[in-house]
Amino acid sequence: MADIAATGSPSISASPKAAADNAALHRMIFIGLAATLLVLPFIPVIGYPFFLMKVLCFALFACAFNLMLGYGGLLSFGHAAYFGLASYVSAYTAKHWGLTPELSILLGTASGAVLGLAFGSLAIRRQGIYFAMITLALAQMVFFFSLQTPRFTGGEDGIQAVPRNNLFGLIPLGSDTSTYYLVAAVFLAGVALIYRVIHSPFGQVLKAIRDNEARAVSLGYRVNQYKLAVFVLSATLAGLAGSMKAIAVQLASLTDVHWSMSGEVVLMTLVGGMGTVFGPIIGAAVIISMQNFLAGLGAWVTVVQGAIFVVCVLIFREGIVGVIGKWIKRPL
Amino acid sequence: MRPNADKTKSRMVGTSDDIILRTEGLTKDFKGFTAVSEVDLAVRRGTIHALIGPNGAGKTTCFNLLTKFLDPSRGTITYKGRDITSQKPAEVARLGLVRSFQISAVFPHLTVLENVRIALQRKRGDSFDFWVSESVLKALDGEAMRLVEAVGLADFAQHDAVELSYGRKRALEIATTLALDPEMMLLDEPMAGMGHEDVDRIAELIKRVSANRTILMVEHNLSVVASLSDQITVLARGKVLAEGDYATVSKDPRVIEAYIGAGHG
Repeated sequence: MADIAATGSPSISASPKAAADNAALHRMIFIGLAATLLVLPFIPVIGYPFFLMKVLCFALFACAFNLMLGYGGLLSFGHAAYFGLASYVSAYTAKHWGLTPELSILLGTASGAVLGLAFGSLAIRRQGIYFAMITLALAQMVFFFSLQTPRFTGGEDGIQAVPRNNLFGLIPLGSDTSTYYLVAAVFLAGVALIYRVIHSPFGQVLKAIRDNEARAVSLGYRVNQYKLAVFVLSATLAGLAGSMKAIAVQLASLTDVHWSMSGEVVLMTLVGGMGTVFGPIIGAAVIISMQNFLAGLGAWVTVVQGAIFVVCVLIFREGIVGVIGKWIKRPL
Repeated sequence: MRPNADKTKSRMVGTSDDIILRTEGLTKDFKGFTAVSEVDLAVRRGTIHALIGPNGAGKTTCFNLLTKFLDPSRGTITYKGRDITSQKPAEVARLGLVRSFQISAVFPHLTVLENVRIALQRKRGDSFDFWVSESVLKALDGEAMRLVEAVGLADFAQHDAVELSYGRKRALEIATTLALDPEMMLLDEPMAGMGHEDVDRIAELIKRVSANRTILMVEHNLSVVASLSDQITVLARGKVLAEGDYATVSKDPRVIEAYIGAGHG
């Protein structure tokens, strides 16, 4: 039903895309998003900063994942490794070294980048399901490493009560609200960077490789280098999300490196809309909200999540934002 | 772009440096089946060289070997005097030996203009600049548009390639290949699946672009082969059966037998 161009004849009537119009629309959405983030803490029920920070960290994580899946065509099933390791590094350096938040987040992000470079250079040698399996296997190694090194990770307990030291050594992050605004700013910057990557000369080549790898090779592109580059970018941004989460939620735990976290980020991306700029944000908001507000259901949350996933895949394969984009005939 | 473009082209046979692409003993075994066997091919610079043969003769395998999408089991490939037998496909493309594909190879979710522009973008070198806005690529739009017009797709420039009919996708593919300004083009069945009016247009286009480059093509449409090619190599069961111009090859009894034997009439 959702198949494109199944009609056989070219749909000449389809409206030509105007790139400039789309850019203007996206700018509007960005401004709207920033304004929303600004006022959200003042809205009752959903407006408590702790929950909002969690949503934003996972939204950035999902956006980073989507950069690779939606625009690079690479399905990684081990993104929890970068998110989780960065989360540990950030929590550890803040708690045991007393580093300021920006430094521990920077170190966490760097650890995501380095791990991404190492794992990426191995995984890009294979394609499709094999690629996914290699990323999963490598991520499991990180999980078991975290489990076996309680001196660093705190083992089953995780690193709890991560302190929020003064930002730049000056600005206190005492309240959840002030931390929320820091997280919101970093989140917006991260999404803006991803947007730029997608709409850069590099992004063009990336989309070409996603669409038809053999053809990109025949045009002289060294596709593995591009794949590795987007892998590292995605892992770095996943690391940024993870290290920010450790400071914001004040906890780094085994959950962050568990394979189910890798699955959850796939779920967020697909529910929101893979290959759309704003889809993963909506997807993360939906999934985290469900976990939060349906917490009373206990283990049933997973069942509800599964049901929503099945419905999504069956009815709107393009995800929430993907479907909206189709309605208004604009890429979102 | 083309380092040897200033060299005067000679159509004379014999001297080794006007052979742009040469294979010696090219062989490809797939687990107990030899798809291409001891093929010696010599393509002269500036000619249109056709590779024909019944289905399963090994033409496409041969193409994949030449462009390094497959590694040969034995034999050597020399392009412009350089041994490219162990090169990677992207490197071969960078040397100016660019192929098209049998199944139309476009980038479906890019617009027609972007499809061509991706090839032009190669002139910038590697595009790892993820922090730069894609608006820098607007500088290439003019040239891309000219190529899109040349293959008659101007009206579709802003459409996603996935929306095009089959014949137009093939035309787009040729425009994309041309955008690289390759010294040598390998066209794998450029006419396959095309309507009659498309065949004429693309044949005309191939003729036009062959002016200052070498073309090696696999083609089933024998009237196209007859009108376009300077030299024809006939493959059957992975081996070279006959070679020469159309008049010579079409009278060769072995060729006639191979075609009739394979049910081509």
